[in-house]
Amino acid sequence: MTGRHLHPDALLVRDLSVSFDGFKAISGVDVSFAPGELHFLIGPNGAGKTTLVDALTGLVRGTGSATYGGKELLGLRSHKIVRAGVGRTFQTATVFEQLTVLQNLDIAAGLHRPAWRLALARRGVPTAVEEALETIGLSELRHRPAGVLAHGQKQWLEIGMLLVQDARVMFLDETVAGMSADERAETGELLRRIGRDRTIVVIEHDMDFVRNHADVVTVMHAGRVLAEGSVAEIQANEAVQEVYLGRTVKGSVDA
Amino acid sequence: MITRLKSSLPLLGIAALALALLVVAPAVLSDLRLNNLAKYCCWAMVAVGIGLTWGRGGMLVMGQGVFFALGAYAMGMHMQLESVGDGGIPTFMILYDPLAPLPAFWEPFRSGVFTIAMIVVAPVVVASILGFAIFKRRVKGAYFAILTQALAVALATLISGTIKYTGGDTGLSGFTSFFGYTLDDPLNRRLIFTITATLLIGCLVVVWQLYRSRFGELLVATRDAEERVRFLGYDPANVKLVAFVVAAVMASIGGAMFVPIAGIMAPKSMDAAASIFFIAGVALGGRAALFGPVLGALAVGYGQSTLSEQWPGTWIYVLGLLFVVVTIALPGGIASLATRGAGVMAGLLVGRRPSHRKAASA
Repeated sequence: MTGRHLHPDALLVRDLSVSFDGFKAISGVDVSFAPGELHFLIGPNGAGKTTLVDALTGLVRGTGSATYGGKELLGLRSHKIVRAGVGRTFQTATVFEQLTVLQNLDIAAGLHRPAWRLALARRGVPTAVEEALETIGLSELRHRPAGVLAHGQKQWLEIGMLLVQDARVMFLDETVAGMSADERAETGELLRRIGRDRTIVVIEHDMDFVRNHADVVTVMHAGRVLAEGSVAEIQANEAVQEVYLGRTVKGSVDA
Repeated sequence: MITRLKSSLPLLGIAALALALLVVAPAVLSDLRLNNLAKYCCWAMVAVGIGLTWGRGGMLVMGQGVFFALGAYAMGMHMQLESVGDGGIPTFMILYDPLAPLPAFWEPFRSGVFTIAMIVVAPVVVASILGFAIFKRRVKGAYFAILTQALAVALATLISGTIKYTGGDTGLSGFTSFFGYTLDDPLNRRLIFTITATLLIGCLVVVWQLYRSRFGELLVATRDAEERVRFLGYDPANVKLVAFVVAAVMASIGGAMFVPIAGIMAPKSMDAAASIFFIAGVALGGRAALFGPVLGALAVGYGQSTLSEQWPGTWIYVLGLLFVVVTIALPGGIASLATRGAGVMAGLLVGRRPSHRKAASA
């Protein structure tokens, strides 16, 4: 455990547990996510990575504590957590397929507008939307229905929506799954760029991607945090090699 | 320039419809036909609301009869009291019990202002409470449809069972005047048609603005991916609630105008069958399109009158057949024919093939 846990703007998770009908999906997780670094959550299937994010975004009920900006997140409903500045994406990109790229982004900007302004039509393009289009590289495709975008572009659009809604903490669930090598590289660049002043947490299975971009890696196993540290520290960790990577694949991780 | 043209097309359409209803129809139709058209306009108001909730919001409201009844009975009570004069008691109540006083909840409906207020406020209150309970519990899909349908059945049964207060199955009738205008005068009946048609145009303008507003985009987004909307910081329950309440008010206004036009309000005008009849027009016309519900409701109303004049009893089969054919062959309704046509035209103009993706098809 290093000094970064003391970051004042970190999302602090303490003793978080989630159980489904008696089955403990997560037990006693302590972890903190700080701005300015790309934090990866890895672990075998069923380790509890997505459940952890679900608990922090109000999709499942958890016990313990998770505070961000002085606010307790556990027990808040999903849309309130979003309004507290914590956003997420899902394993399968869910954009509004019948709306255009622009409309998708514009809707995401809505939480910063007074409710009555919903009754008005959109005029022009809000600056935040324009910036996000630029950042995610979809400026040219702004008038396309989101449904016709390529898989990778949909994921970028989702990240763009998080940017527009000005999420200070972003949980990204397997963002690069199914992307081509080029798209992965671009996504990594994108995360670097937007991650400078935000807290970005990525659930990932692709070890190459983790190795290339992670500042901090948290390894989960069977609902607990097994290890945490830099990529090098994780690779050297005996327990991780034992239960997650397995000794046989050690060579390929080091490669 | 094409986008500008495209965005003003709906307004042109509304203007054309207004012209047809307010100028052409009174000039060419007989009093009887005009009165029938007024009735279809009432159903069309309900249909416009259904288009909003079902077409854009994905909520199949099968019980709009409930809100239709709220407006209709408010208006019916007022007109009944107006017809019997100051301090009078409706005939059906005297027949039932000559000594009974006017029920307390009838009394305020002597006031025209109170009645008009209730026609708008009652559906807002009822739809808000219902909607809040339903949407916050995340009831949706078939469960939502069945629930709303059950409410219509329950209210119809309640009205049937409270003959003393509502006239039961016989309903309220025998009206002679409408806000001081005698109903015998054909000129006054034309005035009522004009009011009804204007209200229908008003409903269309409201829905047009809602569709082009950010709310309209949000409603479609909620229809297509409700959970995703939650993670944009909105409570989808509130989005649906607004659409549900607006539709309820439209149904209530339609119901209120139905009373002076039809001259009677009974449970069979708002029960389960009537509520499904409202849906049928919307489905035929095209539920997601701006003009689909209106044109569908007008067509179904017209079809019902003309066909049942010539072959009584066959209309319901024709309607059923149409419903099946449209659902299978033209899921976007009649309005999607226009969209397809426009798509082909635009494709020819711009010189490229029309897009295969249809916004109205969902």
